[in-house]
Formats: sequence, C-alpha cells, structure tokens
Amino acid sequence: MNWMALVLVGVIAFAVSGPVGMLGRRGGNGWQWVSAVVAVGGGLCGLVGAFAVLLGSLSESLSFPAAAPAMTLDLRVGPLSAFFLIPIFAIGALSSIYGLGYWRQSRHPRTGRKLRFWYGLLIAGMAMLTLCENSIDFLVAWEMMALSTFFLIIIEDQKLAARQAAWVYLVATHLGTLLLVALFAILRVITGSFLFHPLPPGQVGMGLQTTIFLLATAGFGLKAGIVPLHFWLPEAHANAPSHVSATLSGVTLKMGIFGMLRVLTLLSARPPAWGFFLLTLGVVSAFMGVLWAIGQHDVKKMLAYHSVENIGIILMGLGLALLGEAEHQPIWIVLGMAGCLLHVWNHGLFKSLLFLSAGSVIHCTGTRDIDRLGGLAKSMKITAALFMLGSLAICGLPPLNGFISELFIYLGLFHTIARLPILSLAAAVLAMVGALAAACFTKAYGVAFLGTARNNVRRAHESGPTLWIPMCVLAAACVLIGVAPSLVLAPLMHATAAWSGQTLPALGSLVPFRTLSMLGVGLIAATGVGFLVQRYALRQARTGATWACGYIAPSKRMQYTASSLAQMLLTALGPLLHQRRREPRISGVLVGPSHFHTVVSDPVLKDAVEPIWRRLRSMLARGQGFQKGSIQNYIFYMLLILLALLAFTLPLAMLWKLLF
Amino acid sequence: MLMILNAILVLVILINLFALGTSRMKALIHAAAFQGVLLGFLPPLVVKDVGTLPLLMAVMTIVLKGIVIPNMLLKALRDAQVKREVEPLIGFMPSILLGAVATAVALALAGHLAPAHSPLGLLVIPTSISMLCTGFLLLTTRVKAVTQVIGFLLLENGIFVFGLLLLSAIPYLVELGVLLDLFVGIFVISIIIHHINRAFASQDTRRLSSLKG
Repeated sequence: MNWMALVLVGVIAFAVSGPVGMLGRRGGNGWQWVSAVVAVGGGLCGLVGAFAVLLGSLSESLSFPAAAPAMTLDLRVGPLSAFFLIPIFAIGALSSIYGLGYWRQSRHPRTGRKLRFWYGLLIAGMAMLTLCENSIDFLVAWEMMALSTFFLIIIEDQKLAARQAAWVYLVATHLGTLLLVALFAILRVITGSFLFHPLPPGQVGMGLQTTIFLLATAGFGLKAGIVPLHFWLPEAHANAPSHVSATLSGVTLKMGIFGMLRVLTLLSARPPAWGFFLLTLGVVSAFMGVLWAIGQHDVKKMLAYHSVENIGIILMGLGLALLGEAEHQPIWIVLGMAGCLLHVWNHGLFKSLLFLSAGSVIHCTGTRDIDRLGGLAKSMKITAALFMLGSLAICGLPPLNGFISELFIYLGLFHTIARLPILSLAAAVLAMVGALAAACFTKAYGVAFLGTARNNVRRAHESGPTLWIPMCVLAAACVLIGVAPSLVLAPLMHATAAWSGQTLPALGSLVPFRTLSMLGVGLIAATGVGFLVQRYALRQARTGATWACGYIAPSKRMQYTASSLAQMLLTALGPLLHQRRREPRISGVLVGPSHFHTVVSDPVLKDAVEPIWRRLRSMLARGQGFQKGSIQNYIFYMLLILLALLAFTLPLAMLWKLLF
Repeated sequence: MLMILNAILVLVILINLFALGTSRMKALIHAAAFQGVLLGFLPPLVVKDVGTLPLLMAVMTIVLKGIVIPNMLLKALRDAQVKREVEPLIGFMPSILLGAVATAVALALAGHLAPAHSPLGLLVIPTSISMLCTGFLLLTTRVKAVTQVIGFLLLENGIFVFGLLLLSAIPYLVELGVLLDLFVGIFVISIIIHHINRAFASQDTRRLSSLKG
C-alpha cells in the first residue's frame, strides 16, 4: 500500500477545498458543505496515511524531478513527519466542520469563500512542509503557510486591529523567512545540494554548526512564538476567526518546532550549551507566557499567551532531549523528546478545543471581552463543560492529556538531578507555570461562565451542532490520551527514534502507564460520584445570585471581574509585568461615577519592536524627498545610475593623473 | 563600407542634435522617422555575409521605425491637437549644448570601453552613447507625452546601434523581439496619450501626479 499517496490526496483535497467552495453563489450555503466534505474527506485520507506510516515506522519517498523550472519536488514521509501530519489533518478537518456554522457563507457573503480558500491552502502548505526533503520546496511550502496565515488574519479587513495585527505578523514572518533563507544557503554551501543531507560528522566546525543552530532557533522561533520573538502572536491569533486561531495556535506554531527538529537531525554536533540554551528559552517562554496571560481581558489574547507558555513547555522537552544527546543519557532523550512531541499533540488538541469553545462564546455573545461576559454556564451548557475540560487539560491536571506530557518532562528533569542538579529548577518553574495557568483559567472560567449575566451582553444561547461536534471530538481525544496514555506509546517511540536515530530505552519502562490509567479512571469515577452526591445534597438548596457574598441587594455589576480576580497575582508579580492602571482619584465624601482599568501590554512589542520600527521609519522617511511623483524625475535617476555605472568602467585613476 | 557606415552615423548624430533643438512636434516625429530609416540600412552594412535575416531586420526596422510608428504618433498628435513643446524644463539651446557636450564626452571616453577595439567600434560606440543621452535628455526635460515617446524611441535607437557590435553574439531573433516590443510599447503609449488628453485636456505628463493616491 502506498501510504504517501493517501497523504498527498489529503494535501490536494485541502488545497482544492477552497476553490470548490467558490463555485456556489455568494449568499448561498450549499457549496460550503461541498467544500467541507472535500476537506474532511482529505483529512481522513491523510490521517489514515499518516497513522499507517507512524504506527508501522515506515518511510516512503517520492520525487518529481521537474515539478517546475529549476525545481524538483522531493518528498518523504517518515515517522517524524507523520507525527506532525496527524494534528494538521485532524484539526484541519475539524475546523472545517466548525467553520460551517461559525463562518456561515450566508452570514459572511464577502469573506466566506476567501476564508475557506486560504484556510485550505494553509493546511495544504503545512502538510507539504512536513514532507519536503529539499530546502527550496521547504521554503515554498513555508511561504505558502505563512502567506495564507496573513490572509486569514486580515480576513476582517474592515477592522483596524486586524489590519495592524496582520501587518506586524507579515513583518515578523518575513524576518523569519529571511533567517531561514540564510540558514538553507549555508547548508547548501556545506553539503553542495539543496537536499536535506545530514552533515558529515567531524567535518564541519563547531562555530558554523552553532551559527546554523542559532539561525534555526531564531527563524523557526519567530514562527513558534518563543519569547522574545512572540510579539506578533497574541494580536494575530486574537484577530483571526476562532477556528483559524485554533489552527494557528494548535498547529501552525508547531511547524516552527518541526523545523527546529528537522534541522537538528541534519547537524552532527551536540554541545551541551545548545540544550541549556533551548531549555532556558523554554523556561522563560513558559513563565512569561503565563504571566502575560493572567493580565489579559480578551479571552482569545489570553489563550494566545497560553500558546507562548505551551511552546515554552515543548521547548523544555526539546532542550532536555538535546542535553541528553550531549551527555549521552538515553533516558533524558526519551523522556524529553516524548514530552516535547506529546505536548505538540496535546497542545494542538486542548488549545484548539479552547479556541473553538471561545469561538462558540463569541459567536453567541458577540464579544471577546471576558469582563462583559458572565453566567454563560447556565445558557451554554455544552460549551461551558468543554471549556472547563480544555482548561483542566491546559493546566496539566490529571486525568487529562496535558498532565501526561508534562509528566514526561517532569520525570526527565528528575532523572537529571544526579548529574545536573541545576535542572531541577526547571521542574520547579514548570510546576509554578501549571499553578499560574490554573489561576488564569479559574479567572477566565469563573468570570465568563459562572456568576450572573452582565447586562451588556446579547442573550446567549447554545450554538449549533456544527460548532459543538468538533469540540466534542477534541475533548474526547483529550480524555482518551489522559486516561489511556499507553495508546500513544508506539507513535511516540517511533517518532523519537526517527528523530534521534539511536536505539533508546523503551518509554514504557520509564513511565508507569498502568498506574496512570488506573489513576485516571479512579479520578473520573470519584468526580462523578462527588457530582452525584453534591446534586443529592443540594436538591433542596435555596438559589440566589452567585457570589452575592452575603450582601442583601447584589447587582450584576457587583460581581468579580477579570481584573479584580487577577489583581492579587498581578500586584505580587508587578515588577515582571508592564501593567498600566487607570484608576480614579477619590477625593471628598460623595464620589461621582468613575472607571478603573488595567492593561498588561506586551513589553517586547511596546518597548522594543515599536520604538525600533518608529526609528526605522523616520530614517527611511528622509528618502521620501526623492519620490516626487514625476516621470521626468524617475528617468533622471535612471540616467544618473547609468552614468555612474559608465564612470565605474572608466580608468578613473588614469584620468585623474591626466588632468592634474 | 566603413565610409558609408560612418557617414550614416554622423547623420544620425546630427538628427539627434536637431531633435533636441526643435520645438515643433511634427518636425520631431519626422526626424525620428528619418533616423529610423537610416538605422535600417545599418545591419546589412555591418555583417559580413548578407543573408535573409539581416535583410528581414533591415526591412522591418525601416517599416516599423520609419513608417508605422511615426504615423501612429502623427495620428496621436492630430487627435490631441498639440503642435509645439511649449515649456521644456531645460531650454532648446541649452539642450543642444548638453547633447553636443554628451557626444563630445562620449567620443573622448569611448576608447576606454572594451568593445571599442573592434574595427567597427570607432564611431559606433560614441554614437550609441550620444543617442542614449539624447533620449534621456528628451525624457527628462520635456513634458508632453508625444515628446516623451520620441525620447524613448531615440533611446531604443541608441541600444539598437550598440547592438550592431554584438550582432555575432546576439541572435537576430532577439533584435527582432526588441523591435516588436518597441512597436507594442509605442502602440500602447499612443492609446494612453489619447486617454491622458481626454482626462486632463492636456498632454502634460506632470499632471499625472494628480493621480497619486
């Protein structure tokens, strides 16, 4: 069986799903279903192919020598690429279903077809990216992904915020591509071929390899959103439509991680400094990401900062695995890499689930501002339950999937204590990150779903099945991996072995999978029993306003807000954050109406990127005098350049002697 | 042969200077047409064995540059009702002087350029550079659209003359292709002239800047 063909069918199906949907009328819904069927069919084909390759630990190559002028298409699907293909196809297909209800063609006649077109290309580009064995193809697929992302962010181009976010994203992504071009150019010079050949061990100097490593970290890190290169990410993910945000956050960021893994397989050197570097970057990203998330009032921006956090956790796993290779510690490699890879899947699952649930809330209430929501658990039961599940998973709590991948990294870090005790600090930070994430989601869930509805929100209702069915599938996957982690054992081992290329101890011997499953089942049973007992005990309870706190006449406006819930943490962590407060100055006995407002802005964007950008602009503005807008002027410039070139060919030194 | 070639080239330079000095557009178009016809005689003079391709090129050059393009421009002129270039950015007398200086400098310096050492290069290179300068002068200092087109035409003629040196290196087909491009370009521009004229009631290309966003 040719599994590669199935994967390619999936790629092509996604690429054509957009154009197919364009056949219909602008205002009609019929063809959006056809488009979704094509996408889902392609996704299923791709999933079957990718799973077969991954479970069988196969490797298939395909080459089209003259795909385009001066370009050959060299494709290979192996366990590592199949591992990344699975979330691409799964979330691509589920989001396509979600889009049917969320971005209904009849409600968005202007943008609906455009959105499906770019969305299909995004998925196809990402899938191609994992298959490419040749740097030119890789860059083409990379740009296909990056540019479709741009068009998806700017889909609501009537909104200023979307335009600004897309602009910042475009600059960031091109900067990243530039670094990648430099990276592949160096590789081309060393190996003499555009194909991804591993560097021969011992022949390429450490300085050069470190240059390549740093270029890869910066170029792919810009896409993955590693602190401090994450500055484009929160706005971009917040302003895209929710199912697109789910894909961008859940899958596209991981392409940066995939790129790093891919380039690392080519390099032969493994100095411990690289591992330390990535581990430190991971710790900083995870910690800063969750801190910034706590201060956000926009639910999607908050989720986007949590992506930064989770990319940090993934990087910690990768750093640990690299350290393991440097120190010849197979156990570190297995646990670090398994944690890194499984978190790629897990984050894709629960972050997509959270973004889709947030989208469901936005769809029904029309706002992203947590402070304007409230009491949604009563009107949107399914969404509330699924958001809760996603929140538990992202906080790394058992018995859900986030716990399993973080457990791998914890275990790996514990194994290092004998040799490198300083790494236990990373485990401590990881625990702290989990706790802060729990605080953050308590805030988000508490304010938006509990309490009473605030007056300034449209009447909420549950969203349709096209929205909640994909969410339920994602939630089921989260629970499944959490309760039966031994299911992912084989995929993880195959992908890890494909990455490191050495024989490694079995993951099953390092992690007590059976205990984990029993623990999971036990926890679920206990929760169920507790829930029933509570229902029984409260059957005659008096109902009142939530969080009335004993006050006699509570009003909707007296509830906790996101700001007030987060205030204690934000004050404690004040020095690390860049918080601006606008608070009333109270004077006199009778106080008039006033406002209190806090904004946690991104220091990288506000204090580094924007000033540099402004200075660059003012520098370049001096050149605007040359642009007079008259043809005569422009031709005169050409003449000057030609004369300069002519003068360049003349023996000036001789002329100089002749004249003086 | 070389005598005839040099005589033609001197005539071509004289036409350049005339083009810089005249304000009447009809005269300008006729001058350009005459130059085009003269250029048409050059390819058979330059090559050693005169085959069909050099002849074809000569004929096509004469037909296009001597007849078709001038007629298109004359028609554009009639449509637009313009007769004179009224306010050049640099006056006519200074233009001639600048053109003369450029020709002199080209003659003085051409010896330093590599292709000048071929037997033909003695006058061909300076003529070509002088024509390029003339074209550029017309393009940068005149404001009417028709004059700009002629500047462009003279510029291309300069490139054509330079190409004579490279005839052995560049296939005729390329030269013919350039000719075709030129024809299409001018065809399009003469339509644009018509539209500029309709939109602005003037041929002044400086007004085009009002189209900027």
